[in-house]
Amino acid sequence: MLLWQTSQTINFAQGEFVMLPAFLVLAAMRFGGLDFPAALLVGCLASLLVLGLLFKRLVVDPILRHGVLPLVISTLGLSIFLKEGVKEFYAAEAQGFPGFWPATNFQLGGAVISAQSLVIIAAALAAVALLQWFLGGTRTGRQMQATAQNPQLARVLGIPVERMILYTFLVNAALVALASFLVSPIYLAKFTNGELLGLAAFVAAIVGGYNQVRGAIAGGLLLGVIDNFVAAYWSAQYRAAIPLFLLIAVILWRPQGLLGRAEERTV
Amino acid sequence: MKRGLITAIAAVLSLGAAHAQQTVYMPIVIEVSGNGAVSGTNFRDGALMAIDEINAKGGILGRRINAPVSDTQSNAGVSRAQVQKAIDGDPYVILGPVFSGSVKVNMVLAQQAEIPQMTGAEAAEITQMGNDYIFRTSFGQQMSMPKMAAFVANGLKARSVAFLWVNNDYGKGGRDVFFKEMAARGIKIAADVSTESGQVDFAADVVKMKASNADVMFIYTNEEECARVLRELRKQGVKTPIIGETNVISQKVIELAGDAANGVKGHVGLTADAPIPAVTVFRDKFQKRFKYLPDHNGIKGYTAVYAVKHATEKLGRFDRKALAKLMHGLTITPAQEPGILIETTWDAHGDIDRISFLVEVVGGKQKVVEILPKLGK
Repeated sequence: MLLWQTSQTINFAQGEFVMLPAFLVLAAMRFGGLDFPAALLVGCLASLLVLGLLFKRLVVDPILRHGVLPLVISTLGLSIFLKEGVKEFYAAEAQGFPGFWPATNFQLGGAVISAQSLVIIAAALAAVALLQWFLGGTRTGRQMQATAQNPQLARVLGIPVERMILYTFLVNAALVALASFLVSPIYLAKFTNGELLGLAAFVAAIVGGYNQVRGAIAGGLLLGVIDNFVAAYWSAQYRAAIPLFLLIAVILWRPQGLLGRAEERTV
Repeated sequence: MKRGLITAIAAVLSLGAAHAQQTVYMPIVIEVSGNGAVSGTNFRDGALMAIDEINAKGGILGRRINAPVSDTQSNAGVSRAQVQKAIDGDPYVILGPVFSGSVKVNMVLAQQAEIPQMTGAEAAEITQMGNDYIFRTSFGQQMSMPKMAAFVANGLKARSVAFLWVNNDYGKGGRDVFFKEMAARGIKIAADVSTESGQVDFAADVVKMKASNADVMFIYTNEEECARVLRELRKQGVKTPIIGETNVISQKVIELAGDAANGVKGHVGLTADAPIPAVTVFRDKFQKRFKYLPDHNGIKGYTAVYAVKHATEKLGRFDRKALAKLMHGLTITPAQEPGILIETTWDAHGDIDRISFLVEVVGGKQKVVEILPKLGK
């Protein structure tokens, strides 16, 4: 969503972007002999480099000038490349990924809440709050927003548009790395993880509103809650279909998304 | 000049033919990637280890085994194409695959070509479809599930079971046999939870199982999913006894699930932790070579190759039809063929009978708590 806002980049490899950082950490541990905290740092830096800087310079910049469709096809190709690359050079099998939390549970009014869930919720909330503060409360963030809203005008106002777009790619890389580190201890690290995560993220962004950060967050939350309620209280067999029904309904009746803003373009 | 060239080409071709005569073609068609990669790579590595050992000692009846590996990608359609490709090479035996859904669609090809197929699949119906060329390398569900049912009824004294299964041929086959066994024993199925192959989020499924208040929870999925379910069960603080058949207590699941696997009990037809010296030697050799602990699929692949070797040497010739005929009713003991590891019998359908084990995961390791005798004894 951030990438679309600033550079009209639709990234169909976003799921694989979430899959890859976990393998960068595991590779740093296995081949570099690093301990987990050091490997996390290396994984984070490598993600910024590969999924932020190199993705922009080697894929987006040369192809975007030919239009959005070639870029969409390129990111589809990139997703296959990343998936097959991990399968070929690391493993086709699922890999255990260490968690940063103790395996303890808390009792709360008869419900069991794991420390793991609390860490994930806290990290997600912190990331969202930090992102909102960065985008709205700092000069750089406001320049990034201005770039997203109207790059031509932003350039006229002296904002370094290219640098702002690069920052957006780096922020995206940092967020996918965080998601990867949080989700891999539960889902295990596997080269196919991106298929499911990418689809879920895409549906959530469209349902919530592709042009609003809060819309994407609300879409993700709504999707997760509906998915689990359907599986637990109705039918596990149809759980995969429900988000797609929701997606179709939103596209038909509220194409801008539940919290999105309608955009008009001059043709 | 021209004649010299023709002579040279003829010489090279005859050399190639001579080389072909000295090998026996036994392709491995297996799950190297996809959801069955854990099972498939174990089977493949076990088979390759046996093949290298046999080739180092001169091969089978003086012919070295040529066993290229092809990946089914855990996809039934791809597996059928790979088996067809293998058949085009005129194989003596086909090794694999492991996924029941794949075997069901590709075994017909091997049957039509009259090529024996040593499979790691466990779905009950595979050996009930009148195929004289399919041979198991482990228990089918019709053998293992009655043992599990007896364990639930007599060992755990449970009156209700929550059953989580994977919605593929393997899972459905196991579910049907187990439910029949439970009904015969008057044990209630408190929750019947279907899951998908490759599923990653089991939160809702575990909520469903918890809500059933069953005496025990039975996990019956493929390895990676088993590990995710165990992690979720621990995450949700489940204290109910967790049981399973083979996969949930396999080495790979223990490795992936970590502490969440501790305390899980179940039945395994094969385990690398069996208190049998030959199995221990196999496990150590395997771990030294491949840098990971083998699971039951590793033993399946290893013993499949040795079974073919023993039967062929008993025949004294390479004859596919005669091999299939001989394998029905054949018993191989470790004294006759050390590579078989445990005395094994194939019945008239290609089903296997051997001793099996009740195990518990203790401290991140399988601990054998009871050895169950062969059903035929």
